[in-house]
Amino acid sequence: MDANQVLTGWGRTRPSRAIVSGPMDTCALQELVASRPARGVLARGAGRSYGDAAQNLDGHVVTPVTQPTVELDVAAGTVRASASATFAEVLAKAVPHGLILPVLPGTRHLTMGGAVAADVHGKNQHADGSIAAWIDEIELIDGTGALRTLTPDSDPEAFHATVGGMGLTGLILTVKIRMMTVRSAMIKVTSCRHADLDGLLAALDGTRERYSVAWVDTTASGRSLGRGIVDTGDHLAGPDPLREPDGLTYRPPHTRRAPAMPFCPVTPLWARWFNSLWFSQATSYRIAVTDLPTFYHRLDAVDGWNRAIGPRGLIQYQFVVPDGAENVIARALETVQRHRCAPFLGTLKRFGEASKGPLSFPMRGWSLAIDMPAGRPGLRHALAKLDYAVTAVGGRVYLAKDARLGRASFDVMYGPQTAWRAARARLDPDGVFQSDLGRRLGLCAG
Amino acid sequence: MTKSCPYHRVLVLGGASEIGQQVLAALHLPPDAEVLLAGRDEQRMAAAAERLTRRVRTLQYDAAATGTHQAVIEKAFAGGDVDLVISAAGILAGQDVLDGDPDRAGLLVQTNLTGQVTTLLAATARLRAQGHGTIVVLSSVAAIRPRRANFVYGATKAGLDAFARGLADSLHGSGVRVLLVRPGFVIGRMTRGLRPAPLATTPAAVGRAVAAGLARDATVVWVPPVLRVFAVALRLIPRPIWRRLRR
Repeated sequence: MDANQVLTGWGRTRPSRAIVSGPMDTCALQELVASRPARGVLARGAGRSYGDAAQNLDGHVVTPVTQPTVELDVAAGTVRASASATFAEVLAKAVPHGLILPVLPGTRHLTMGGAVAADVHGKNQHADGSIAAWIDEIELIDGTGALRTLTPDSDPEAFHATVGGMGLTGLILTVKIRMMTVRSAMIKVTSCRHADLDGLLAALDGTRERYSVAWVDTTASGRSLGRGIVDTGDHLAGPDPLREPDGLTYRPPHTRRAPAMPFCPVTPLWARWFNSLWFSQATSYRIAVTDLPTFYHRLDAVDGWNRAIGPRGLIQYQFVVPDGAENVIARALETVQRHRCAPFLGTLKRFGEASKGPLSFPMRGWSLAIDMPAGRPGLRHALAKLDYAVTAVGGRVYLAKDARLGRASFDVMYGPQTAWRAARARLDPDGVFQSDLGRRLGLCAG
Repeated sequence: MTKSCPYHRVLVLGGASEIGQQVLAALHLPPDAEVLLAGRDEQRMAAAAERLTRRVRTLQYDAAATGTHQAVIEKAFAGGDVDLVISAAGILAGQDVLDGDPDRAGLLVQTNLTGQVTTLLAATARLRAQGHGTIVVLSSVAAIRPRRANFVYGATKAGLDAFARGLADSLHGSGVRVLLVRPGFVIGRMTRGLRPAPLATTPAAVGRAVAAGLARDATVVWVPPVLRVFAVALRLIPRPIWRRLRR
């Protein structure tokens, strides 16, 4: 079914019209790619990237790419999932067998294809790396319409260009991922409140647990700048007899749908009130046992929460800075406060080693994500300042979250990308795979 | 390196207009930006070019000569993508003058409405093709309700206002945006000799408001902002009373 449709990212900031089709079988996809449409082809997963990564103005967008299928190999501890299968679908099948995906991003609605294209990370990035480290095999249709199987060993350049390649190297069909064995689907979470940024950073740095993440009060200033709550956790060593008497399960709770607001309710004052309340309602130290959805996918509790930010949408600015550049985190918080950007949600993570993908986001250091409504007057200026501060210390912003980065800043953050461009030229010699993000950042022509 | 102003090529239709100049001044264009001034008054445009301290090219443009608009747009876009099109061409004439000279009223409609439509449609096609860009359309509070004292001008602005709103909707999802500006009475060259209306503003204030509106991706900007509320009142005044307003 072909249809002209206006697509946006999760942030709803840059609508663009495209010819939307899918799901299709492999032959039809190959034909579409081989016909080399003028404005290109792009695969779109769940549309959960915040900016224009999954949009292709006037071109073809295939979503979902295939039918969702999940084949579990319990003995080998691997899963082969089609690109359009979501994390929720994979977990629902795998968890009863004591297997979970080793990388779980903040929402269960992501598709596997999208996760590979963005090289997503989870709360265990510092210990287990991003999803790139767990992929055995990617099956994709390259720019000539041919089927290729990429593994980290057979063609490392093509493999690493595809993981994190934002869908610009081909249409991902299936992904084979090594799973992680768990004895329980419950997680023991320790939450600890810290009164300032130093405490927060020290707590994140000192944790030995598998999962760690911090919520930051983005509106606290002065002595309290960067105060927040650190959550650390790990799977229980054995099944919890009270909570999972019938074995391991993955059951997301029922969700409520957020109302689409006709205006933006998020103001600096509201953000301050909301964040202060969140901070003060937390106990200073708490240990609890929770299930997977509560720990990982807290934001999924409200469906379509992005619509509640109003018609102008929202921007998430997520960046990583290397060790020693912690001052940029403080500066980022100060900058969005000074420009009255109404930052309403902040997430701080400790990052471990980078993966090998040239366009991959994670690198050793600190990552901060700030959610803000898009319509604030000071936003553009504040983010330009942040781009400058982040580039100055050798950091970068996350392409899957980005909707507005300029080409000059991108070139400084990610370098000239000769390896990636060479791999793409080999996989997609005619430049069939295009996206709004790719055109904006000069990753694809047109 | 990083710039908060993303406009590198700016086309100003009505290049000699005061509001156009003030918008350019308020934008803080990057030093390597190129400005295209399209207008009739070469002298005024040359003076404006000097003040801008950016690369400036002037194009001969007459808003009333609709046949030439396609060519003007071609010329403007020949040098590369245009990031911002400011449509600031417009004239004003007193209603008493127009009453005695219907031809002149025709010229006013031609300049303020017909010419804008032909130029902007030509520009829209190019902007659509390049997939990004912003159009600034200068409407007026006069578009909200025609007044006895200048209803021909009001009619042109009402037409332009409707055109701009429709254009914005048709461009949804194309990567091109429209910013509609509705200033009140602007004290300047165009209104010389007229007594300022309440809530009058200046070209500089309009320029700042447009720059701020662009920065926050607004769709409609009122100058001064309180006019948004005032306009509701304008609509609600009963006609017999409205009719008695002398200005």
